[in-house]
Amino acid sequence: MNKTVALWLAVGWAGYAVLPWYAIDDGFFGFAWFGGFPASIDSAPATLQVMDHGRAWLLPIGLALVAPLAVLWRGGDKPWAATVLMTAGGFGLAYTLAQGFAIGLGGWGFGFIESAFGELSDRQFGMGYGAVLVFGAFLFFLTQGMAKRGAINGDVFVVGSIGLVIALIAAFILFPVASILISAVQDNDENFAPALFFIKLLSRDIWGLDCLTSRLTCGIAWNSLLMATLVGAGTTMLGLAFALIATRTGFRAKKILRVLTVLPIVTPPFVIGLAVILLFGRSGVVNTFLEWAFDIEPTRWIYGLPGIWLAQMLAFTPIAFLVLIGVVEGISPSMEEAGLTLRADNWRVFTTVSLPLMRPGLANAFLLGFIESLADFGNPLVLGGEYDVLSTSIFFAIVGALVDQGRAAVLAFVLLAFTLSAFYAQRRWLGRKSYATITGKGDAGLHVRLPRRLTWTIYAAALPWAALTAVIYCMIMFGGFVETWGFDHSFTLRHYIEAFSIETGRYGLVWSGAAWNSFWTTLEIAAISAPLTAGIGLLAAYILVRQRFVGKDAFEFGTMLSFAIPGTVIGIGYILAFNVPPIEITGTGIILVICFVFRNMPVGVRAGIAAMSQIDKSLDEASLTLGATSFTTLRKVVMPLLRPAIVAALVFGFVRAMTAISAVIFLVSANYDMATSYILGRVENADYGLAISYSSVLIVVMLAAIILIQRVVGTRRLSRRDGQQFGLEGSAA
Amino acid sequence: MKQSIRFSAPLAAVIVMFAAAASAQTAGKLTLYCSPQIEWCQLVIKEFQKATGIKVAMTRKSSGETFAQINAERKNPKGDVWWGGTGDPHLQAAEEGLTVMYKSPMLGKLHPWAQNQAKTSGYKTVGIYMGALGFGYNTKLLAKKGLPAPKCWKDLTKPIYKGEVQIASPHSSGTSYTTLATIVQLFGEDEGFKFLQALHKNINQYTKSGSAPIKAAARGETTIGITFLHDVVTQVIKGMPIKAVAPCEGTGFEIGSMSIIKGARNLANAKKWVDWALSPGAQKLMPKARAYQVPSNASVAPPPEAPKMADIKLINYNFKKYGSSAERKRLLKRWDKEVKALPR
Repeated sequence: MNKTVALWLAVGWAGYAVLPWYAIDDGFFGFAWFGGFPASIDSAPATLQVMDHGRAWLLPIGLALVAPLAVLWRGGDKPWAATVLMTAGGFGLAYTLAQGFAIGLGGWGFGFIESAFGELSDRQFGMGYGAVLVFGAFLFFLTQGMAKRGAINGDVFVVGSIGLVIALIAAFILFPVASILISAVQDNDENFAPALFFIKLLSRDIWGLDCLTSRLTCGIAWNSLLMATLVGAGTTMLGLAFALIATRTGFRAKKILRVLTVLPIVTPPFVIGLAVILLFGRSGVVNTFLEWAFDIEPTRWIYGLPGIWLAQMLAFTPIAFLVLIGVVEGISPSMEEAGLTLRADNWRVFTTVSLPLMRPGLANAFLLGFIESLADFGNPLVLGGEYDVLSTSIFFAIVGALVDQGRAAVLAFVLLAFTLSAFYAQRRWLGRKSYATITGKGDAGLHVRLPRRLTWTIYAAALPWAALTAVIYCMIMFGGFVETWGFDHSFTLRHYIEAFSIETGRYGLVWSGAAWNSFWTTLEIAAISAPLTAGIGLLAAYILVRQRFVGKDAFEFGTMLSFAIPGTVIGIGYILAFNVPPIEITGTGIILVICFVFRNMPVGVRAGIAAMSQIDKSLDEASLTLGATSFTTLRKVVMPLLRPAIVAALVFGFVRAMTAISAVIFLVSANYDMATSYILGRVENADYGLAISYSSVLIVVMLAAIILIQRVVGTRRLSRRDGQQFGLEGSAA
Repeated sequence: MKQSIRFSAPLAAVIVMFAAAASAQTAGKLTLYCSPQIEWCQLVIKEFQKATGIKVAMTRKSSGETFAQINAERKNPKGDVWWGGTGDPHLQAAEEGLTVMYKSPMLGKLHPWAQNQAKTSGYKTVGIYMGALGFGYNTKLLAKKGLPAPKCWKDLTKPIYKGEVQIASPHSSGTSYTTLATIVQLFGEDEGFKFLQALHKNINQYTKSGSAPIKAAARGETTIGITFLHDVVTQVIKGMPIKAVAPCEGTGFEIGSMSIIKGARNLANAKKWVDWALSPGAQKLMPKARAYQVPSNASVAPPPEAPKMADIKLINYNFKKYGSSAERKRLLKRWDKEVKALPR
């Protein structure tokens, strides 16, 4: 106990007295600041800022760091020690934040402080690594104090984790989201105008029902809702079909099937939409063939709901598949065998035992499909026609001909309300039942064969779909090697050379291709953010499934919030929140990493929850009873059983960081350009050849990364008789 | 008094030294927000770096996105110059005080319309190229359907083109708003809206992005696409079966502009950029980057591929009036009520 206090105290002092307190202009790891360290005002630690540079307001932070010394000195397990830690931590956090916001780039941050204290001649920049360490120390003093008081049975690790996740969610989700949503109740000049909120909210173009009575379109809210429900239901059913084929049938080409189901999530935006147009558009392959063979007049039926649905189904079915496969194969065979022993037939066992046990998976898959569809931006943009949905309307409320941030915020509210409702509906449906079937007890059964008619149904659903996916990807790969995709199909390597040429110059290799710069940045950012995404997501899932504490529901919603908010809103929110001190990170790679981590974390959380709710708590309890700490239990018992979820979270975190677009548009900077934003620029200019060849390279890279992740994480081993089955599980591709 | 001088003199010296050190550090840098196509951005940057030795850090975003970004960053601006993109958001940025005044010595060498753009904004922005509105049609599709070639705005409202015309939504696209304002100025407001209502019956889709209609026409997804003529030319040069049309009644145009962002950290370099970008050397680069607009420097001849300005009747477009937020809101509202709300 005291060891951890000592550790965090050391960290806190290192941050306060050694590292630069403020962010370094040219980047901390450039080490250019080392020259002026520690005397220069830009790189001085907080202690010197107080003594040499007259920044007395940093002094109380140091005092809060002194208090825990008393605990180390003679606190031990005395009751007052907890109080001291909590007070020091709580005060330190509150004060450090308060001074950061109160004193900004132009002196006082708020008008009322200026009128109270007079003008301030000094100013301060964004917080740097010193401040980050001090924040960490305060946070853990607070949580250690609370644990000492008996919170969560005095479990320091759990209380600390909860504290850390809450702090991160507050800083990187709630704060930026609030920064933009506040404009819902402001007019364009930032004056408080609540009446406008209701005018904008109740507008007819959001809620109108004209499509029921006339040939006009309905409100965008209804459009979005319909689209998301159809996509959520469709992806869940198709995902289930693929999961069943992969785990419960003797289908031979399972590996190809896996690759096909995974391809769409490793595809950069716009590419699927473009391929769908070339296939089903007015002058697309299908229509041309129909006209040639049956003289059917080509129409533009693909533009609108059918096109969006098709493209989103292609894109999001794999997510449902990834969530469901762990669940489907985690169901204990003994339950099904019990059903058979009681003389139920295969069909009955499937509908009354297997299917109900898949509920957490089905619910989570639907929720993810629903939310993904609501927040998707690329497909409605390319294929939407005049079927307006919330995500694109929000984007154009911000970047369109009539800039109206308030309307964007109002629409974001509507979108959030939908997500929240879906979230609660899911909870109601799952109820308080237990779905745990992985227990410590002997579990060596065989999965029951699927009923025959079901097998044929899922084949009928999944195989044509797999064929369609295959056709689309052949077209995409093909598109990179022709002069003009869809028009002039003579073979060329021109696009690849333009994007990825390497020359040998005087000083060795020169990466002269146009794409290299953004390619390496993207790879680096994705590789950094994926493990962070998985780590924080699974930690949050563990807390949610295994621990009980006040405000758990709010906590869970907080983890889902960033996922539910369209990228455009997040992007602008991040600029508004993080372009000025105390957290000034725009223009860096850090902001991209943070954005990806917190935007993609929900998938880790969902996959973790789904997988963990199958693992009986008695396993944890056995470990705890034998004297292991909760951290050891998590590491040695829960984690190995969670491998499919870890793979899902890592893969998703990596892939999303490489394919996300709407939030990224606003966060890329000259030094940190991302592949997707580069591709978007090329697509805007109708440079499809280069866009597609770049996308093809990214697809190959991501597939390699997925295989690597699977090799490294490994698979979960459940001791079941059928050797054929556990070799495959958890592998995502 | 004396004491304070004694104190402040060294202080001032230190400040001057710091300032000098700071400016020495940043002497070679410029952060550019670039809105035209990326090839053009990269080409001008390369040439600028060659000409001045200043290192340019560039981010490419469409003009709407750049405006949103500059607006969101206004408390702590990160960019120095915003180069290119349609003029309206530049005027809007000037109106909202997001950009600063700069009278380049090159100003006198520009076409009147470019100078006019500067004057309208209080010299907070300046024109770098001009592009006229028009439309393009897919020659193959037109022949297949046996339709006559449209020559005028009014042709587009003929019932034979029902379901064949595409244009962006004026809400999401600046290009389409320019078209709306052009029609209103060309035919008068009430007549203009009657035209738009008739056109509405022929529109198969209001796209989101301004140049999407002509790309759709190139792929054969629509027969006619309304957009800027230089975007039409780009498709023609790519070898698509597209023909550009400058409407017979006359047409409006955009003035691609550039502005210096308020609070620019490298102001001196930003001014150097503006001066250079208006010079003949910089403006001659346009066709190399497949940009077929008319350059604003009067001594540079427009690229031969560009639509011939002599063949285009340009209207006297009132940028000040139709660029203001109030007028924009009013027209869009009227369009929603009288055009969009009609069944097709």
